[in-house]
Amino acid sequence: MKIRYFAWVRERTGRADEDVTLPEGIDTIADLIGWLKTRGPEYEAAFENGSFVRAAIDQIHAAHDTPLGGAREIAFFPPMTGG
Amino acid sequence: MSVRIQPEDFDVGAEVARLTKGASDIGAVVAFTGLCRDESGRLAALELEHYPGMAEAEITRITEQAEQRWPLKGLNVIHRHGRIAPGGNIVLVVAASAHRQAAFEAAEFVMDYLKTQAPFWKKEHLASGAAQEQAGWVEARDEDDAAAQRWRARHDAGQ
Repeated sequence: MKIRYFAWVRERTGRADEDVTLPEGIDTIADLIGWLKTRGPEYEAAFENGSFVRAAIDQIHAAHDTPLGGAREIAFFPPMTGG
Repeated sequence: MSVRIQPEDFDVGAEVARLTKGASDIGAVVAFTGLCRDESGRLAALELEHYPGMAEAEITRITEQAEQRWPLKGLNVIHRHGRIAPGGNIVLVVAASAHRQAAFEAAEFVMDYLKTQAPFWKKEHLASGAAQEQAGWVEARDEDDAAAQRWRARHDAGQ
């Protein structure tokens, strides 16, 4: 599964994207955030205010309780400021 | 209907002409342009990061909702990314309809949703002499979420 990071979430994790293999038991976006935070201080910093970070599953906005299913791509980013 | 995500600038007049060319039943065209505010010389540039693929998909979803909700003859959106100079164009929404209400409302609807749903993020680059510690990522505004919410409420009320 590919994970993409944008804006200050990207700056804090130190990477724009990565490929991960998820361990068992990671079912939702919230589970994924919880797991990512265990991988290092940069992830802790990025998801410090975890509920504030937005997510997309296969390029569609997803609430944190959304199941990952067979997702190919997950993205994490701050609230958007387009337009 | 078209959605373009591009770094290049656009010309509003040319885009309006593109939408209305050859059409005989358009009575109203509304063109909204979003610009980079200068704030009295504080800004050197705005840098727009975006999520390629999702930006097109999300704005397309928004325009499809508008086309279902209003009787439109055309609806084009252009959103730039990359470095934008103060005063420069950021986003264009052109809506065409037989009568003006649909064009006005659809353009506003698209902008209100685009502000909260389209995956773009603005970073400020300040002019030298400006307080550099203020530089950074622009924060989302509660007013934009409220504006989008009002369209949901109106839709639920049958408007």
